[in-house]
Amino acid sequence: MTDATQSPETGPAQTGAPVKSKSLYALDNLTRKRNAAEKRFKFYGLGAVLVGLFFLVVLATAIISEGIPAFTRTIVEVEFTLTQDQYDTAEKELFKTKAYEQFFIGALQKQLEESGMSVPVDAAAIERIVGKTGGTIREYFKANPGALGAPAEFELAASSRVDGYMNGRVTRVEMTDSRFLQASDLDIVDSLVEAGIIKTVFNWNFITGADSGVDNPGGAGIGASVVGSFFMMLVVLFLSLPIGVAASIYLEEFAPQNRFTDLIEVNISNLAAVPSIVFGILGLAVFIQFMHLPQSAPLVGGLVLTLMTLPTIIISTRASLKAVPPSIRDAALGVGASKMQSIFHHVLPLAMPGILTGTIIGLAQALGETAPLLLIGMVGFVARGYPDGVIAGFIDPNSAMPAQIYTWAARADYAFYEKAWGGIIVLLVFLLTMNILAVILRRRFERRW
Amino acid sequence: MSLFWLVVIVLAIASVGYVAGRARALASVGGDMRDLHSLPSYYGANVAMKAAVPAFLILVVWLLVQPFVIHASISGMIPEDAVQEGSSLGLVMAEVRRTAEGLENAVASGQMNEDFASNARADVNDITARLKEAGQIVTSRITQPVMRAAQSYRVMVSAGDLYMTIVVLLAAIAGALWGIRETTHEFRARNTVERGIRVILFSAALIAVLTTLGIVLSLVFNTVEFFRLYPAMDFFFGLTWSPSFSGRGGSSELGILPLLWGTFYISFVALAVAVPVGLFAAVYLSEYAGSKFRAVAKPMLEILAGIPTIVYGLFALLTVGPMLLSVFGDDGLGIMKAGTAVMTAGLVMGIMLIPFVSSLSDDIINAVPQAMRDGSYGLGATKSETVKQVVLPAALPGIVGAILLAASRAIGETMIVVLGAGAAARLSLNPFEAMTTVTAKIVSQLTGDADFASPVALVAFALGMTLFVVTLGLNIVALYIVRKYREQYD
Repeated sequence: MTDATQSPETGPAQTGAPVKSKSLYALDNLTRKRNAAEKRFKFYGLGAVLVGLFFLVVLATAIISEGIPAFTRTIVEVEFTLTQDQYDTAEKELFKTKAYEQFFIGALQKQLEESGMSVPVDAAAIERIVGKTGGTIREYFKANPGALGAPAEFELAASSRVDGYMNGRVTRVEMTDSRFLQASDLDIVDSLVEAGIIKTVFNWNFITGADSGVDNPGGAGIGASVVGSFFMMLVVLFLSLPIGVAASIYLEEFAPQNRFTDLIEVNISNLAAVPSIVFGILGLAVFIQFMHLPQSAPLVGGLVLTLMTLPTIIISTRASLKAVPPSIRDAALGVGASKMQSIFHHVLPLAMPGILTGTIIGLAQALGETAPLLLIGMVGFVARGYPDGVIAGFIDPNSAMPAQIYTWAARADYAFYEKAWGGIIVLLVFLLTMNILAVILRRRFERRW
Repeated sequence: MSLFWLVVIVLAIASVGYVAGRARALASVGGDMRDLHSLPSYYGANVAMKAAVPAFLILVVWLLVQPFVIHASISGMIPEDAVQEGSSLGLVMAEVRRTAEGLENAVASGQMNEDFASNARADVNDITARLKEAGQIVTSRITQPVMRAAQSYRVMVSAGDLYMTIVVLLAAIAGALWGIRETTHEFRARNTVERGIRVILFSAALIAVLTTLGIVLSLVFNTVEFFRLYPAMDFFFGLTWSPSFSGRGGSSELGILPLLWGTFYISFVALAVAVPVGLFAAVYLSEYAGSKFRAVAKPMLEILAGIPTIVYGLFALLTVGPMLLSVFGDDGLGIMKAGTAVMTAGLVMGIMLIPFVSSLSDDIINAVPQAMRDGSYGLGATKSETVKQVVLPAALPGIVGAILLAASRAIGETMIVVLGAGAAARLSLNPFEAMTTVTAKIVSQLTGDADFASPVALVAFALGMTLFVVTLGLNIVALYIVRKYREQYD
């Protein structure tokens, strides 16, 4: 202490160096510089965290804002009465559907006038807005001749461009006339909206439907690939949980300290870091080329993902086995249980919450994996319908959610991009549910010893 | 379906054996459990184990071996001249299998009777016509040898399945009887069952080794096959990548260098984003942040690691790409031509890797003993000086390990580059140009229609092999460094 207080007074006199600072309260340049550096450093750190969080927010915003429109669809609702006479005349025409279209347009105009609006509509514009209507109407009345003469309500899906206009994907400013939609059509659409003929409703088909062809983005749904993912996850769960737990028990409780055990351990930690696409190559070569299992089957996808999730499950299971204190084992052995009994009756039940948490997280990882599935043929366009029956669910060609999203993203039509974003929302909802379940399990059953 | 029932029947035999074994053990001591060596349930479990385990083992081995035996004997039936120019034995065998399946389905749906389907003297054209009628897709012209081979293939498969069922059931019954026979009150059932369980546990642990073996073998065999068709020197040192799917791959140039360049360039951009951000975030979270901020920010950052890569891929393709294009594209600086580019994929991959770098570094920074920090503070150093001059140098080996692990993730990442980086393989320095990577090309070579025997498809295995070796090397080095470092302060 004395040295420190003396030095400012005596120091300069002895060495002749310039006076550094008169008082301890006045900061000298070096201290100021060091304090500034300290503040800067802290600021960089905070900045880095905020940059990370900013990216998260941007990602979330992009997903939600781009994906929500996939859950709605635009319909044109028209009330419509076709009399027997009209039906008969239309059936006599050479171009039958054309005649029905004329009736439809007449009805539409009438409905518009009733709401006090008059917009000139022509057949071509209507066709651009709702597509070909004649065929649908004719089929309906051919199937239900009893409906003739009574008012019938038609819900027709609007074309994807109109859909885009309704969600703001297509704006009036960017509009260029094309054979799909013209600027003048938007006036019709606007007045139809005002008259309550065009409505936006929830798109159940997106959740329950299957993949449509390249030319029909409106009809594409993710339902079939959700089923594919479900069967795949069943395979993963029923293979990776028992095998993973068995392997962990062996390695943690029984394995002797020797080279072979080391080999197994090194193998597991390396497998956890092997790129997922390599597992896809393995699946293609072993399960499809070598064993001739069916291509694109959720069974094969499940097998590949099982091999991929095993290291994750083994690592987390071993951690939770290790967390059970030795006193439990000692107590069991002390009252005469065999080693096997002490593990299966006491250690394993206590480690179960941790094991289940790890398994759910492993499953969530497997659910989001895409690359290996593409190699074994589980691409989106094979998900054309629901499998009939449980066994067909495992071996019939199907897709999985992430692969379906990839297929949509790879199609050139931007209407599919919206579906891809919507698919991501569905996928993330599943992942979020699984992760929340894992957190709840951990919170509820976690024990501190 | 029959396989399913076989499994059910074996399980039923095992459960009957369990009950019988337990009852016999109790009967041998007149119902007094105290005279038994083990608990009664162990005697039951012993019988059940002896019934089920060997039977399932035989089943699995049979299912694996049968296709090879049949393949070998059928391919002997196909004369040399039946394999046409531009085809291979593998393709002919695939046709045989398809035809046999068609026959099987036709019989199953009742369109064709058993005798007709297996009649070796039946006219080929006749059968083909009948198959088409039954709605079984068959290639337009089935040659005589193919049809004969398909017929005997079908016969052999059904005979093999029959024998398999018999052998498996016999094994199950014999195992159960053996177990019941050895059940006496002196028999050490618990020890036997526990030894059995131990073997089962051990074989589960072996699956990890078998997986690695499977990866290595499937890569090596197909890579060797590829190098037989395409010179290894041209593959490793070729400067052009232009596969031609049209011919037999003769005119393709399959040099890996442009792909490796793209891979490393994109990974470099990704690490240039992830390492500074991740490292600073880790330092801040472990040294500066209060416990409340840390409790919120750390899990939030880790969400980024839990998001599937397909989401990042879409984000790159549809959000980041167009955004970069509006700044660097023709409307802005004019150096970017399309949304898919090295920069797009690298930036998004960097975002994905931030939590990876930050969590690992965070653990490592926390492992640096507090005494070292205290010593530095005692000498008058500020917090940031302590971090820069004491903590980081002490943690450096571990951080290098973490960065290497992140690099191996970046090199093996697939979906982001498939969607975000473009498809053109080129050697260029401009980060705003589209390039492609090893992983993206594996996907495109194996999802096309090319047949597996051609070099353009087989090259994917050689690419996979390269990828596997590179990432494995990085992982081993990284794990070695991290482990060595951990021991240092334990």
